[in-house]
Amino acid sequence: MDIFLQLLVSGIAVGGIYALIALGFVLIYKATSIINFATGEFMMIGAYIFYSAAVLAGWPPVPAFLVVLGGAALLGMVVEFAILRHMLGQPTISIVMVTIGLSSILTGLAEIIWSSDFKSFPPLFPRAPIIIGEVVIRSNLFWGFVVAMAVVVVFALFFKYSKFGVAMRATAGDQLASYSMGIDVRVMFSVAWAFGAVAAALGGLIIGNIGGIQPNLGHIGLKIFPVVILGGLDSIGGAVLGGFIVGVVENFAGGYLDPYVGGGVKDVAPFVILVLILLVRPYGLFGREEIERL
Amino acid sequence: MSILAVEDLSLSFGGLQVLQEVSFSVAPGEIFAIIGPNGAGKTSILNCLGGFYRQDRGRIIFDGQDISTLTPDRRAALGLARTFQNIALFRGMTVLDNIKLGAHHRLRSGLLAAALYWGRAHREEMALRREIEDEVIDFLEIESIRKQPVGALAYGLQKRVELARALAMRPKVLLMDEPVAGMNAEETEDMARFILDIQEEREITIIIIEHDLHMIMDISDRIMVLNFGRRIAEGRPDEVRRHPEVIKAYIGEQKGG
Repeated sequence: MDIFLQLLVSGIAVGGIYALIALGFVLIYKATSIINFATGEFMMIGAYIFYSAAVLAGWPPVPAFLVVLGGAALLGMVVEFAILRHMLGQPTISIVMVTIGLSSILTGLAEIIWSSDFKSFPPLFPRAPIIIGEVVIRSNLFWGFVVAMAVVVVFALFFKYSKFGVAMRATAGDQLASYSMGIDVRVMFSVAWAFGAVAAALGGLIIGNIGGIQPNLGHIGLKIFPVVILGGLDSIGGAVLGGFIVGVVENFAGGYLDPYVGGGVKDVAPFVILVLILLVRPYGLFGREEIERL
Repeated sequence: MSILAVEDLSLSFGGLQVLQEVSFSVAPGEIFAIIGPNGAGKTSILNCLGGFYRQDRGRIIFDGQDISTLTPDRRAALGLARTFQNIALFRGMTVLDNIKLGAHHRLRSGLLAAALYWGRAHREEMALRREIEDEVIDFLEIESIRKQPVGALAYGLQKRVELARALAMRPKVLLMDEPVAGMNAEETEDMARFILDIQEEREITIIIIEHDLHMIMDISDRIMVLNFGRRIAEGRPDEVRRHPEVIKAYIGEQKGG
């Protein structure tokens, strides 16, 4: 029973962080219908920006955090403006290839700028583990979860209530109609990329704080595909729930099955979910079911 | 003085000439209809007016300003509203949210205030809501459905919600692309009545594209007839009805005439 609770709670904590990174994917997909395979690399760049500000420049955590927000937003907007805006109307496969290429470019850039050596952050949170009842959680994981959830809630409120958020939802719903409501759809695309990059970068900051950073940190970003396929590519709520489910399932798989097969189940479990969900419910738990009228 | 003037508008897609030097002008408060057989270029004109197509040649003057090169959102902000032939509502949202989006460009609170949903943004929202309730929802008789998601509504009602959203923009000119297409007789009659009421009470100029000639003849002040991208006739309904070119376009030439 101890093990069960322990695995459940740390699975939820990891899942919350997955949810934040998945949000970075969903925000972009929802507004622009682009599947961004560079989400993981946005995450990695976010972590490196923080490293540069906090370690190389020696700034305190709060200003360094603000630099991550600004830098990630800028990165998202530049990518949209310089590359994806020109891909408008191209087949999905071309756009997917562009984002895959972008992910390699970003990884390469990170190696050039920061080298491929392992780096770590100065401690951001109190070191003492958090103890809830009989469950012990590492402090970095606990605080990472808290920050991730706070960011997700801020994004969700923003989308629900702000003028800008409503305009973005409208753009996601129908671009023609949005244009004729006086909404500048190009600005919305730009903002969606900025937000998506910020959410991913903050996820990277949290993950980097837990396990350190390397240019291939972005590989963790592949795990968001099970998350968003499960939750529905265009659903914020789905991304959150999907994040929790994937986090918990992989933790259980790792805790209960790894000892019998000699490890590795934890990394495979999310993708088993991916395949199952595609077979059973291809549009995810909360995704929009595309209905074609013939 | 016209509220909207189109001068020598030409548009082609590749080798296909869609519009050829079409000119017309619409007086303030008028109901101006554009009719013509399928493929005559009616919807292309609306798309040029709305800014979705960029004309090859010609100018569009709206309210004294040349809008020929403005983006669709700028034109909407200047007071050019539109309804679509294939309903373009925001499907996941309620009727009320859809209509509120029509007033979107009139909300002034900046990004920060809006993000925090604070003070002015909140007051603006409340005032807007009252205005929409009084001037749009009551007017179009959709009180009972305002909390419903638009996807669940009957076709005729969806068309009405789209009109409500356009009215919430407080436009100077309303472009309507086949407002009664696919409607039954009763729904058509309702829509015709609303269009006349809008003209009478709102001082909104209305430009309609339509296949339903009966309704158009009944409610329009002036009608322009297009065929193969050219203007073949223009005038009052009774004039257009008798125009030989129009009869030829719609019914065909009499054999051995």
